[in-house]
Formats: sequence, structure tokens, C-alpha cells
Amino acid sequence: MTMAEGDLAVADLAFVRRAQIDARPPPKTMTGALGWLRDNLLSTPFNIALTILIALLLVWALPELLKFLVLDAVWSGTDRDACREVVQHREIGACWPFVYERAAYFVYGSYPIPERWRVDVFFAMLTFGIAWLLWLNAPRRDLGAVYFFIVLPVGSIILLHGLPAFGLPVVDTVLWGGVLVTIVLAAVGIVVSLPIGIVLALGRRSRMPAVRLFSTLFIEFVRGVPLITVLFMASVMLPLFVPQQFEPDKLLRAMIGLALFASAYMAEVVRGGLQAIPHGQDEGAMALGLTYPQRMRLIILPQALKVTIPNIVNTYIGLFKDTTLVLIVGIFDFLRTIEVARIDPKWATPVTSTTGYALAAMFYLVFCYGMSRYARAMEARLASGDKR
Amino acid sequence: MNGIANGAQRFKPMPLNTAVAVQLIDMNKWYGQFHVLRDINLKVMGGERIVICGPSGSGKSTMIRCINRLEEHQQGRILVDGVELTNDLKKVDEVRREVGMVFQHFNLFPHLTVMDNCTLAPIWVRKMPKKEAEQIALHYLMRVKIPEQAGKYPGQLSGGQQQRVAIARALCMSPKIMLFDEPTSALDPEMVKEVLDTMVGLAEDGMTMLVITHEMGFAREVADRVVFMDEGQIVEINEPNEFFAHPRHERTKLFLSQILR
Repeated sequence: MTMAEGDLAVADLAFVRRAQIDARPPPKTMTGALGWLRDNLLSTPFNIALTILIALLLVWALPELLKFLVLDAVWSGTDRDACREVVQHREIGACWPFVYERAAYFVYGSYPIPERWRVDVFFAMLTFGIAWLLWLNAPRRDLGAVYFFIVLPVGSIILLHGLPAFGLPVVDTVLWGGVLVTIVLAAVGIVVSLPIGIVLALGRRSRMPAVRLFSTLFIEFVRGVPLITVLFMASVMLPLFVPQQFEPDKLLRAMIGLALFASAYMAEVVRGGLQAIPHGQDEGAMALGLTYPQRMRLIILPQALKVTIPNIVNTYIGLFKDTTLVLIVGIFDFLRTIEVARIDPKWATPVTSTTGYALAAMFYLVFCYGMSRYARAMEARLASGDKR
Repeated sequence: MNGIANGAQRFKPMPLNTAVAVQLIDMNKWYGQFHVLRDINLKVMGGERIVICGPSGSGKSTMIRCINRLEEHQQGRILVDGVELTNDLKKVDEVRREVGMVFQHFNLFPHLTVMDNCTLAPIWVRKMPKKEAEQIALHYLMRVKIPEQAGKYPGQLSGGQQQRVAIARALCMSPKIMLFDEPTSALDPEMVKEVLDTMVGLAEDGMTMLVITHEMGFAREVADRVVFMDEGQIVEINEPNEFFAHPRHERTKLFLSQILR
């Protein structure tokens, strides 16, 4: 609706609106597929350039990838001959029979074959616990937390390590390997690093000088040292100082090193979040008579952790990939099992290594991308909860 | 402008309780080298309404923040409802339970609904059952005239509504004393009246109030005494009619001539 005639009469100097303007739909270029294209791909010259560049990159990379992984790939066979160009007289892509045959090794490492059901049960228990906790509308999430943080760790130790009293023979951690070790290391690191990180972050902001000093020293020391050094210290140096009979398990040592390392990074991430919360929040809570633990738990941490979700998940993703470094202290994580399998003469072909690494890439991509997506969904959900 | 009709007081001052609600005796405070509060002496009786005004940086805010120990004082004594504020955290908690505070920037908890904002302290500090806390919260939300917003988050409300929620939140702890730190300064002019009306209602009910405000209409109408501060000192205390009609100190006259035009 344009300006009504009644309005025009007085429009020159003074103006009185007689008719309300009704809301109108936006122009077509702002909505639909065209609008989406304009907003997301072609909004600025720089964006147009990026869009073109990425399109070119995809055109260059995708067909090759598809050719190697699917079109030229070998899907069945019993040994290296199935995957050799000289035998098959065709171009050979990924050698998937190699992966099928060694799949059990990639998952369980050298875990004794009759006992492998225990690992399966552990995976099932873990999946169940994760689903319970991560599904935000799940019933009885408080019970889920008890299950995840108490039942699951204790159950897993008994199940995986064994307890002869329950008829479960002990399986030395030296035999553990593959996905099992990667998942155990990552899960322990993820579960332990957040609480320790929160405590360290609060400690670093504490008014008590001793607490502050300890937290700061720990964080700065651990952050100032490469993870490889921490792992070497844990696996090579520690045994020199500790009598042999008290020497903790090698996997356990790596686990502790990794968890403490992640905790120091987590502490800084959480501290960043704490600093983003205005002081007024703490004052408001103080004025209501809430104690320090109540203020932290009910007011400050929920808000601080919410703004740090992207960074927390970033640290988790880093941690998940850092678990591969344990291979240098001789622990057989997933990547290490691929390393071992790919030089097996039975499957010695030019494509074996590439296939193994492609598998590793997919494995880590699926887990890391999954974490990233979950974090995005959670952010969106929390953001819709309290619009500012 | 002030939202409240200037002029004569609308109601007679409440008969004061004989008990002393807040007493500051020779209180001093420093920020590092800076002497913010100098020899503050103030006695507030139960049921009394005190308006504190003065130029920015005069220490008014710091003074009332000392009363619930959001700030520590270094010298002198502060007694709140008979409890002396010291380093004893038990005493501090005791005082904070009985003293409500409303801030310039509301300081509502954005991650909690209006209802949860109001019930949080009664549940966690007073150990009240959730049902009861919610009833009380609804009562006070009704009192500040926004019970229909109970399920919303603070960010979905206007500034005036947020400040009224903040008042309701403080009232849910049934405080004996209420502190207001420039409660209308961050509000759009259209919102000031609704908040002031709520505060007038509180005053009519006999709440002990210390209010920092530049709403002189409110001071005229509600205050039993007006305290004027400058450079960390109390310069003048008087009952409002006398304070506005015949300010005695030069600094007060200058201040009033600046804000009352």
C-alpha cells in the first residue's frame, strides 16, 4: 500500500499518518532457492570466488576418490593376487578384501579370540551409555549419568581386564589393540578431562593463592610440553623411578598422561568461558545468598560451558586424534594395527597401504565429524532455549 | 519525566519500627590508594525509606554494596539487622539472606526462566520445597504484574519487565531490607514508570529500602530521608521537602540546580 491520498495532502512539511502500512512479503530475490544461493554462496565477491574455488576442488578430487574407493576397488579375494595389477590386468583401486580379512585385528588387536565377546559387550555398553546421555530427551538421564560415570567404568574394567573370581580370565593390556584401545583411550580422556579441566579453571581463578599457583603451574607446565614428551615420560622414565612390582600398567600410564594433557587444555577452554560471563551474574547470585559452590554450579558454569561447547568439542576432537600418538610408546591403537597389517607379506600390493590409510581416514572422520555435528545440534538447541 | 506526580507525599511515612535495620559507623573503604568512602555514618531504622543521590563516582553504589558485602570495607563497622559484617562467611551469608538487592543491569540469570530465577534462591538457600517456592514466586510475580511471563526467559522480556522480575526475585527471599542500585537508569523512558510504581508499592507496604536514584519525583513522594553524597562522603541528610526546598550545603545546591531545571 502506498501513501494514502489523505496523507499526501499534508506531506510537504507537516505529516500525519492516517492509514497503517500493512506488512508485505519480501521481494522474490530474497526467498526460495535463489535467495538461498545469494545468501550462502554468492553474497560477496570474495564468497563468489570461494564458491568457484571449492567447486573446482570438488570436480578435481571427487571423481578420483570415487574411482579409487568404489569403481576400481577390489571387493573380494583371498590374498594379494586379487589386488595386483599384473595379475588382474586392470587398474586397481582400494583392496577391500585386505580390510575384511584383518577387520578383527583392527577392532580387537591381539585380544584372545575366545574372549572377544567381552569387547563386543563393552562396545554395546558404551554405545548404550553414550546414547542415553547424548539423547537430550531420554528418560531418567540422572540414572544415565550414574550408569555412565560409575557402572560403566567399573563394569568395563572387570569385563575387559578380567576378574578370575567371575570366571573372566585376565587379559593383559599388552594384548589389547585396535579400535578397542583407541576408544578406551578417547573415552577415558573425554570423561576425565572435562571435570579436571573445570576444577583447574576454577582453581586458576581462585582467591586462594596456593590453589591458584598450583593450577597455574600445572596448566602451564603441561601445555608447555609436547604430548609425545608426556607419553615418553609416562612410559619410559616413570619405570626408572618406581620399583618394578609397583609399576603401573603401560596402557594405564599412557591413559593418565593423555587425560592430564587434555585436562590442561580443557582448563584453558573453560577459563575462557568463565571470563565471558559478566561479573554481574556472580553478584546477582551472591546477593541472593547463594554459596560459592552453588553459584558456580547453578549460575556460572551452565552459562560458561554453553558458550564453550564449540571449544570443548574441539578439544575432544583433538584428543581423539591425539590417541594415535600412543603408537610411539608401543601401544597398539587402531592406527598402529593398520601400520602392522599393511606390511604383512600376504597382502603386499601397491595399494595395500593406501587402502589401510583410507580406512583410518574414514574411521577418524566419522567419529570427529559425528562429535562436531552433535555439538552443533546441541548449540542450536541451547540457543533456542534462551534467546537474548 | 519522572513518571510520578511531583509534589506532596502521597502517603504519610509509616510508623517506624524501633529496631535499627542498617547502621554504618565510621566506615571507610579504599580501592588500592583511592579513598572511596570516608567516615560514613548512617543509621537506617526498620521500615525507613532512604533515597541516596549524588554525582557519579561519589561512592553511593559502593556504599550500598558494602551493606551486603559485595564490597569489603576496611575500617569502621557495618551492622545489618543486628549482625556485624566481618570476614566471617557465615555472617555474610546470614546478612545476604535478609537483604535483597536490585541492580542497574538487572543481573537476571539468562539461562533460567523467570520462574526459575525466582525460585532458585528460596530452594537452594532457604531449602524450601519446590512447590512452595513456586507459589511464592507466582505471588510476587503477580505483585509486580507479570505472572503471565513466568515461563519465559529474561531475554524475551522488555527492560522494564526484566527489572520487575529482578524485584520479584529479590522479594521471594522475603528480605527485611531492600537495596536498589539505580534500578531505572538502564531503562527506556517508557519503562521507568512501571518499575517506580512497583517500588512505590513496596514502600507502601513498609519495606525498609535504600534506593540510589536520580528520580527526584520518587524521592519526594516516597523517601523518609534523602542522603546526598559527594567524593566518598555524606554531605547532607534531610527529609525530602526540606532537602529540595532548602538545601544547606553548597555542593547540594549546585547538584540540585544541575538536575532540577
